[in-house]
Amino acid sequence: MSEEQKAEKFLEIFNKGKEFTEELLRENQRLRYRVAAMETEASSGPSEEVQRLLAQISHLTDENRRIQQRFREVEEENKDFAHRYIEIEEQNNNLANLYVASYQLHSTLDFREVIQIVQEIIINLVGAEAFAILLLDEKTNELKAIAYEGEDVMPGVESISTRLGEGVLGMVAKTGESYYVNQDVEGSAISIEKPLAAVPLKIKEHVIGLIVIYKLLQQKDAFSAVDYELFSLLAAHAATAIFSSKLYSQSERKLNTIQSFLDLLTTTT
Amino acid sequence: MENANFLVVEDSPTMRQLISFSLKRFKNAKIIEAVDGVDALKKLSGPDTIDLILTDINMPVMDGLKLVSLVRQNAQLKNIPIIIITTEGAEEDRERGLALGANAYISKPIQSSHLIKTISELLSV
Repeated sequence: MSEEQKAEKFLEIFNKGKEFTEELLRENQRLRYRVAAMETEASSGPSEEVQRLLAQISHLTDENRRIQQRFREVEEENKDFAHRYIEIEEQNNNLANLYVASYQLHSTLDFREVIQIVQEIIINLVGAEAFAILLLDEKTNELKAIAYEGEDVMPGVESISTRLGEGVLGMVAKTGESYYVNQDVEGSAISIEKPLAAVPLKIKEHVIGLIVIYKLLQQKDAFSAVDYELFSLLAAHAATAIFSSKLYSQSERKLNTIQSFLDLLTTTT
Repeated sequence: MENANFLVVEDSPTMRQLISFSLKRFKNAKIIEAVDGVDALKKLSGPDTIDLILTDINMPVMDGLKLVSLVRQNAQLKNIPIIIITTEGAEEDRERGLALGANAYISKPIQSSHLIKTISELLSV
């Protein structure tokens, strides 16, 4: 390659470099304008569209917060309803027990049947395994067992006999106040003289006998709220049912005697 | 579950009434009562198709366990769900009742809500 050719080649390269440099300068200029424009835009605050979107986000955030709050409230209400439903179910169950007990107690005037019904209520509704029903003999002031259950787990339950005012049973009959052992405090110190519960059978303030509970069924740990309701129902309704049936059987016996006497008189005359 | 026929086998009128009371929660339920196992078998051979049997264990004439066993041996009756309702609360009693073919075992005193739930599950209401 001659000197002249070399110079032309160099000039060509130089011109290309010049064009490239000029191109770079133009691009640089264009970018500087763009940066300057963006800086101006940023310093003059968000555009109308951005402001609208920001407002919408804020509104939706508030709405979301309100919905979450309402959801929490509804959840609480739901829990409350569920709780009340369980309570009403329990009440319903208790009322059914009381209704059935009361209905059955007054369904007959037969003394043995009434006693049988009282026993059924104590076994099936209260859930007692060992218990006794005592009646007060007003002539001797003595309380005696007329029905019982569970002599295998509470020996002696079949032959309870105590005087009015003596011991726990005698005092319950005298005062007319129910007696319940606090099992948490007093443990398992249950005996014939010291039962789990002793409930007086009362007609107004007049005590005619006692229901004495010694042991609950093994699947039952303690008395429940409805048991105390059943005891107060039994205290009054069982007492009247027992008393009425006793009077009825006595009057029937007297009626039979009078009828026989009248028949005798009629046949002799 | 609507129009279900229940057979309540109980010697105690108090318990029969209490169980029947709970069963009235099922719309148009028909409640047939029997006083012991033999009476229950008579009712089972009657005109009503029984959907579920609720039986006590301790009953005169024929007890509930014998009834469960006989029902399970009978080709026509063997698929009827049976619930035992009893004062016998020991685990071995429960196991014996279920082994004989009872579908559920409830100890007394009964909770109406528990009884309804058990029945609903058995009848897939």
